[in-house]
Amino acid sequence: MTTLTVTQPPGARVPPAAFGSIVLNEARLAWRQPAGMIAGAGIALLILIIFGEIPALGQPSAKLGGYSAFDIYIPILMCFAIAIIAFTYLPGPLVSYRELGILRRLSTTPVPAYWVLAAQIVVQACLMAVTLAVLVTVSIVFFGVSFPKNPAAMVLVIALCMAALFAIGLTIAAVARTAGAARGLMAAALYPMLFFSGLYYPVQLMGAVIQDISHFTPLGAAVQAIGDSWVGGQVPPAQPLLVLAGYALVFGYLAKRFFRWE
Amino acid sequence: MGTAVTLGSEPGAPMAPGSRAKAANTAAVEISHLRKTYGALVAVDDVSLSVTEGEIFGILGPNGAGKTTTVECSIGLRSLDSGAIRLMGLDPHTDRDKVREIAGVQLQSGAFPAKLRVGEIIDMYQSFYRHPADAGELTGALGLADKRGSYYRSLSGGQQQRMSVVLALIGTPKIAVLDEMTTGLDPQARRDAWDLVERIRDRGTTVLLVTHFMEEAQRLCDRVAIIDGGRIIALDTPAGLAAHAIGANTVRFLPSAPFDESLLTRLPEVTAIEHDGRHIIVTGTGELATAVIVALHAAGTEAQDVRTDAPTLEDAFVRLTGRHLHDAEGEVQS
Repeated sequence: MTTLTVTQPPGARVPPAAFGSIVLNEARLAWRQPAGMIAGAGIALLILIIFGEIPALGQPSAKLGGYSAFDIYIPILMCFAIAIIAFTYLPGPLVSYRELGILRRLSTTPVPAYWVLAAQIVVQACLMAVTLAVLVTVSIVFFGVSFPKNPAAMVLVIALCMAALFAIGLTIAAVARTAGAARGLMAAALYPMLFFSGLYYPVQLMGAVIQDISHFTPLGAAVQAIGDSWVGGQVPPAQPLLVLAGYALVFGYLAKRFFRWE
Repeated sequence: MGTAVTLGSEPGAPMAPGSRAKAANTAAVEISHLRKTYGALVAVDDVSLSVTEGEIFGILGPNGAGKTTTVECSIGLRSLDSGAIRLMGLDPHTDRDKVREIAGVQLQSGAFPAKLRVGEIIDMYQSFYRHPADAGELTGALGLADKRGSYYRSLSGGQQQRMSVVLALIGTPKIAVLDEMTTGLDPQARRDAWDLVERIRDRGTTVLLVTHFMEEAQRLCDRVAIIDGGRIIALDTPAGLAAHAIGANTVRFLPSAPFDESLLTRLPEVTAIEHDGRHIIVTGTGELATAVIVALHAAGTEAQDVRTDAPTLEDAFVRLTGRHLHDAEGEVQS
């Protein structure tokens, strides 16, 4: 019986190509269930174009700190796209994978089950990156917005924002017992976050308390930091970065702590 | 794989005659005193069994007997309350990674993403293993070759079932664990699946088969354990189990002429003689029919219209569990 182990070379047991094949299938699933792409990328782009075409929104406003409403909305729409894609593709499918026994079946193969999570995150991060690239390019090329003054800082903020939302999505997937419960929790988390991002009404025009709360929500902090790195050019202040990192760490821990494979 | 092939019989290992098992001294699956409870429910009370490498071992029993819990514990999907399990000498919990590579599993409750195509799922599972099987051969053998381009959700229940068998075997496992492999399959698909299982066994795979089809156990298994109430209540070859349960064969015939019945009662094989109209029914053991016919022939009487009845595994099951398997079958399906 020990001869079995002797015939197998030491080291990695799972062919590395296995991860690629999981990513490929997750990408196919995202492509074949395009609701998240349409809702996230499509709507964000549509709103961007509509707002860009309304001349009044392009006028700089003293109330908005000298920026136009259109300028203000670009980071908001970027965060909207990240949130919608993360929440549409992460918790629901993962919970139904668990409900249907897909994760359980995978756990009988040499592949570590968390590779499925990792593959989903890779696919969605790519989807978000493409969406954000399109939003930024359209803003610059068609609507005369200036090129981001500190692109590296902006990429860092975006990465932190994705990490925070993936962590929140995974926590929802961890605690929701059914796909329906996951959708309910997602909605309960998403709409307040979108409110505090300024999607419905610019945060700058709300009361000071709302503004303070906004800066401690993931999307509020991300919108603030993206705006800072885009037009301010400086490294964003520590606070929004710490807020985003804090969400990523706390919810990442909760997700790891409570995730069930079956 | 075991290198030393020791041919010749081991006294303690009851193997089916003609079994192609290779080494009688290598245990592919070793379960000792397995116990598993869910709260107050004792799913598996005390199960011990040893499956020889290259054997097709059946686990048979009514619904709720503990069959699925036993195999799910043995592949490390469930923790045990007590007892020990070794697959090829490996502990499925502490050597989980190695066990996952040598064991191919077909679960009753396994599902796959609805919007992936059959070929995409098979290719993905194939990429998980370093020595994958030929996917074309497996899908061909199970009648799925023309379904590679179909979405999983468009498959019928039987096709989904066959696909899960393909995926259990795609990694050329040393041990294949098949839980209700042919449930929901039509008779032809069932026979195809049996042929496939025999072929993979011939290539050295040990098969642990949970089933509630008597015909399947009788046709495929070298040995069968009948489980009821979380315990093994019988363990033998299908023929051995059948013989034990009833312990007798019957021969019914029409004598060509009257004869002295002491001719037959004298035979060591015969235990009783009954009359059914002009027919005679002889009950006994061993090579009963041959003994009766030869004895009558020697006395100048021919046995006509001979019908023999050997006890089946089903008789054994009814005798041991007090239930017909059809009852159990209905429950399992639900």
